[in-house]
Order: sequence, then C-alpha cells, then structure tokens
Amino acid sequence: MSDAFDLLYSETEEELRSAVRALLADRCTPADVLARAETGRPHDPELWHTLAAEIGTAGLLVPEKLGGQGAGHREAAVVLEELGRAVAPVPYLTSAVLATEILLGLGCEVPEAAGLLGELAAGRQVCAPALPLTQAPGAPLPGAVRDTGGGVLTGTVTSVADAVAADVLLVLADTGLYAVPAAEVALTPLVPLDLTRPLATVTLEGAAGTRLADPATARAAVAGALLSGAGLLASEQVGLAEWCLTETVRHVRGRHQFNRPVGSFQALKHRLAQLWLDVASARAAARAAADALATGAPDAPLTVAVAQAYCSGVAVRAAEECVQLHGGIGMTWEHPAHLYLKRAKADSLALGTPGHHHALVADFAELPSP
Amino acid sequence: MTAITADQLLTRVRDLLAAHPPADTGRADFLRARFDAGLAWVHYPQGLGGLGAPRSLQAVVDAELEAAGAPDNEPRRIGIGLGMAAPTILAYGTEEQKQRFLRPLWVGEEVWCQLFSEPGAGSDLAALGTRAVRESGTGDWIVDGQKVWTSSAHTARWAILIARTDPALPKHQGITYFLCDMHAPGVEVRPLRQITGEAEFNEVFLTGVRIPDSHRLGAVGQGWAVARTTLMNERVSIGGMRLPREGGMIAPVAAAWRERPALRTHALHQRLLQLWVQAEVARLTAERLRQQLAAGQPGPEGSGMKLTFARLNQEISGLEVELLGEDGLLYEDWTMRRPELVDFTGRDAGYRYLRAKGNSIEGGTSEILLNIVAERVLGLPAEPRDDKDLAWKDLAR
Repeated sequence: MSDAFDLLYSETEEELRSAVRALLADRCTPADVLARAETGRPHDPELWHTLAAEIGTAGLLVPEKLGGQGAGHREAAVVLEELGRAVAPVPYLTSAVLATEILLGLGCEVPEAAGLLGELAAGRQVCAPALPLTQAPGAPLPGAVRDTGGGVLTGTVTSVADAVAADVLLVLADTGLYAVPAAEVALTPLVPLDLTRPLATVTLEGAAGTRLADPATARAAVAGALLSGAGLLASEQVGLAEWCLTETVRHVRGRHQFNRPVGSFQALKHRLAQLWLDVASARAAARAAADALATGAPDAPLTVAVAQAYCSGVAVRAAEECVQLHGGIGMTWEHPAHLYLKRAKADSLALGTPGHHHALVADFAELPSP
Repeated sequence: MTAITADQLLTRVRDLLAAHPPADTGRADFLRARFDAGLAWVHYPQGLGGLGAPRSLQAVVDAELEAAGAPDNEPRRIGIGLGMAAPTILAYGTEEQKQRFLRPLWVGEEVWCQLFSEPGAGSDLAALGTRAVRESGTGDWIVDGQKVWTSSAHTARWAILIARTDPALPKHQGITYFLCDMHAPGVEVRPLRQITGEAEFNEVFLTGVRIPDSHRLGAVGQGWAVARTTLMNERVSIGGMRLPREGGMIAPVAAAWRERPALRTHALHQRLLQLWVQAEVARLTAERLRQQLAAGQPGPEGSGMKLTFARLNQEISGLEVELLGEDGLLYEDWTMRRPELVDFTGRDAGYRYLRAKGNSIEGGTSEILLNIVAERVLGLPAEPRDDKDLAWKDLAR
C-alpha cells in the first residue's frame, strides 16, 4: 500500500552517505573527473576499489550469505545520490545494480551465478550487462545474439555502458543468459555524449560463455533488473540536480552585475525557488521508488515509472539552468557544469525516456491512450 | 517534569469517554469536557485545553476519539480561529484573554475571522491604512477603515484585526493588533461576489468601531511582530493533509477519461499523464514533509507545497474543462451563494477551474512565496526596498 512508503533517510543511510561523500570529495572532484575524461579513460579503478570493496557499496543489494552487505535498494539509492552529485565515473549503476540484480534474479541455484555475484559484491570483478543503455523496463528485449551451438555466441550489442571497465559481460542470447569473459568479445569504444559513462559496441564472434539461465528465466531476471535500475537511476538524477542547484545558488550569490549580486534579481530568484521545489519533489519521488523496490511493493512498477517520468526532467532542467545562470562561465570546458548537463541528458535516455515511462504510467494507472 | 506519554494520554481519553459517553452527551457539552480534560490541543498548556504534551501526540488522541464516535469541532469550519487566532492569542495574550477566548474558540461556539487584507494592502500587507485612534479619557480605540477577502466574516463572532496606530512611523512600526467584536456597532459585513458567482468572502467596513484596550493583543506599535506569528501559523497548517493516490483534483479528470472514451485525444492524453505524474509526485512530497514533521525533522518543503498545489489545481482544472467537450461549455449555477466552506469536490469542472484561479493569490501570492523560498531557503539576497525608513504617511499610494 502506497501509504506505507518510508520517504525519509535512516541514520544508517546517512552514515553511508557521509562515507561515500567524504571519499568522493577527496578523490573525485569535478576537476579530477574532467581530467580523467580527457584521457578517454574516465574510470578510476582505485576509486572504484575503495568505493566498492572498502566501503562495501558494491554488495549492498546482495544478501550476506552470497557475500554481500545484505542491505537493499534504499541504501543503494543513497550511494547513487552521491555518485550523481559527483558525476562519478564508476560502474555502479551497471555492475552493482543492473548486473547484480540480473544475477540475483536467477536465484541461488546456479553455482556460477552465485560465484560471480560474490565477486561483484566484493568489488573484485566488474560486470556489465550487454544491453543498450537505453533499454527500458517494459520494452521488448533485444534478440541479436545467437547461440551457434554449445554456448558459442555471435551477435552485436550497441551502446553498452561501462563495458570498457568490465571483466565479464552478461549476454542475453536466444538460448538463455551467458557470462562471457571480456577477453572473448571485441569492444569498439564510442564517443559518448556523457563523458563520464563510456559506451561501446560489443561484438561477439564465436565468443565462449558460461550459460547461467534458460531464456524465460533470463528474460524475467533482466526485466526485474531494468525495473530496479530505472528506479534507482532516479536517485542519481536527484543527486545530480541537487549539485546543480547548490552550485548555481552559490554562484548567483557571489557574482555581481549592475552593482548587485545577480541572485538578487527576482527573475532569477523565482527560477531558482521553483527549481528547489522541483528537486525537493524529485527527492520524494525517488525515495518512494527506492522504498517500493526495497519492500517489493506491488505498485513498485508504477512508482518507478512515476519517479523516472519526473526525475529525468528535473535533472535535465537543473543542469540546463546551471549552465544558463552561470552565464558565459557555464559554457566553458573548464567549468564542470557541462559534465552534469551531459550526464543529465544521457540519464534521461537511459533505462527509458520520460515518454516511455509516461506510457507505462498510462498502463499501470489505467489511463488508456485514445 | 517529564512529558506525558501516549499511554497516559490514552488513559485520559478513555476516562473522558467514560464520564461523557458521546452517545448520551450533547455535542457542545462533550467538546467543553474534552477541552477541560486537556485533550483539545495537547501541546497547549494545562487549563487552556492542553497538557503541555508533544504536538505529535495529538494524532493519538484524535484517532482514539474518532474510533469512539466522538464529535469533532468541525476544524474546517473554524479553521481561521484554530489555525491563526488561537496560536497568536496563546503567544501574545494576557491571562484574561487566554481564559476568555480559547475555550469557546476551540469548541466552535465562537467563530473567528481575520481582518488583515485591505484593498490597498495585499502582498504588501504592512502598508495597511485602517486607522485605530486612542480616545483620551476612556483609553478605548476607535477604528475606521476597510478590510477585504474576509472568509467567515458573516458567521464570525470575533476577528483578529491589525490597524495603524501611528502613521508617522515607518509602515511596520506603527501597527497594533486587536481582537475585534464583530457584533460591535460600526462593523458592516458585505458579501464580495467572486468570479465563481459566489460570495465566499466578504468586505468588512469599520466605521467608528470602539475596541476596549483590554482587547489589544501585544504592545502598542508591536502589531507587525504579532501578525507574523499569525501568518507563520497559517503556513504551518498547509501540507498537513494526507491524500490517497489519485486523490484531489486529478480524480474527476481521470474518472472522465476512463468513462468517456469518445473524449480522448492524443494531445489530451499527454497532458493528462504529465499532470497525473505531477499530482502523484506532489502527493509523495507532501507525505514526505508529513513524515519529516512526525519524526521531528521539519524541512523547508512546506514553504513550497502551496505553490505546487496552486499550479497543479489550475492546470488540472483547466484540462478538465477542455476534456469535457460540450459539457465544458456549461456551468452549474450562477446564483450568488454564501458558502461557509470552500468545497472543491462535489462541484462541476467550471467551478473548479474558476475557483482554482484564487489558489495562487490567497494566503500569499505565488510570486511572494517564491521570494520567500529564494530568500529564506536558498539564502538569496532580499528584494531591494525603498520604503524601509519612510513614514507610512509619506509612502506613495
């Protein structure tokens, strides 16, 4: 029942937030992110190791008996808020959320899946689901990869996020789900709009993988993972939007034009007040989605669709306002606003556009199209 | 002294119910007994309807009494008294004023209204021009002026009133706060007909109205500080409501969409879904605020919820009129009525559309509220002002 959503943060969640925020403030400043992005290798393996293994965030969704932290979606959502706030280039959404949820969706009976899950939870391996980043919950799944016999896979998957950082890929083929070592596939890095989440085309030509599940189980697990991923992405969008709002407010308070702080002009004050309200609303929507996923609420799919339909737009607008209200500075390469705009816009395509999620709302809320 | 616990409160509620069974007790008698038992507003002091308990425990009392079938004090009907007059009297009243006014206010025997806004003082409330002049000898105050947008003036027995007592001072400094007898000679209430055709509000003309000094609230010239207490309490009450999913204004639109497929178009569908999502997010935001308050972590979100609901009500009711096709051309009834309550449900779409236009004006315009959020929540610089040190009498009007 929706009235049961717990929309606050617990003390444990706030402690987790502090730990992640302190790490990112120390090792993942916007200048660090920009410098790494310019090398074409945005990921920082040492940062990932600290975040995933030492703080233990990679295993939040994984039960303790499988080597994880036995926490849940609410905690993972807090981590994503902080990663969004820092536009951190780490494979959290792909490895610790999507791949982890796919493996969890297979059940613990498959020893290879359980083994891989333990590796991911401990931060010893990174796993990317071989799916386009735009793959949305509730949309048809791709079927381009075929098993040519005995687990030898052929096919191409486009726009795979964080594949360049992965040790292993989870590949959905016509005969089921496979764990394929990165060495078995060919990666063609793409030039991504979002510099902090690299994309690649994954080509399999006779790649050998380990079969983890039959087609029906695989598709159900992927569908469940996409729902979780979309719901938790809303928290990344909230964190991102909050950074944009905070930085913009800081800027307009200090920047003087016409012998006044720019932030004293009503035209700007009203825009920022409205944006603050939208960010506060997005936070409630994202918290509801995280809580619905954590409790397995029957209306989780609707709550996730609402959060995605709403939070994508708020994050993009926050980043656009950040660029605009910084004036010319916001258009420069040196100022980090563009990193946030690029991440926000790419996030609005990831795991379903707002339009796709509105269509899901129409289904779940029984508001049929004409 | 340790604060009273929920269990101790429940014991008191059960004692009250045992001594005054709701089925055999007159409505007003029950409410007076409840007040005297300290169960009216539990966070108020003992003897004034409360027990000095944490405010959050009121819900425990209310739920228990509701389950027992006890009458409530029709909080919506006496909302101005409960939400604005009472906390101000509690904060600034003399002992005599508290003893005299709080009990009949809470029981609902005396309805209150608020004489603040004037034709020339809306968002700039401190510019008000209603004069109160002290009569030498008696010490009484003689009040002349006009107030506007006064809900419940036609049913009210008392009013909270702010008036100018020194026009030579800057506008915030020359104001004094009074408790005004609405039955006093010189008080004339005229219905103010609105765009809905109804007269939900009134104009109140004050001509030589005599107010004894014992009905002054706070010190002479300190009325603005007192009024700020009233206004802050007005805004606290917003956001306390709890709606189910698809409750509120979106409900009739969604119902019309489901029941009348012939009305559907793709463009309307997009707008409906956008607004449905926004209404659901607003509901969750209000719920999150409620949870923050209950957990003793008040957030600033309350300042913004009124803005959200005003915008949503206007957009949703506008969509509804359009969705209804030919029926959207019709209006229920243009007869001038004087309702005691604003009722958004049970009325037609045209009424909702017109009435919702007031949501971004009443209780602080959206423009003023955005300034408040920008300045108090985000810490942006205040609007520049050039009236600060000028005497009220020298301001442009």
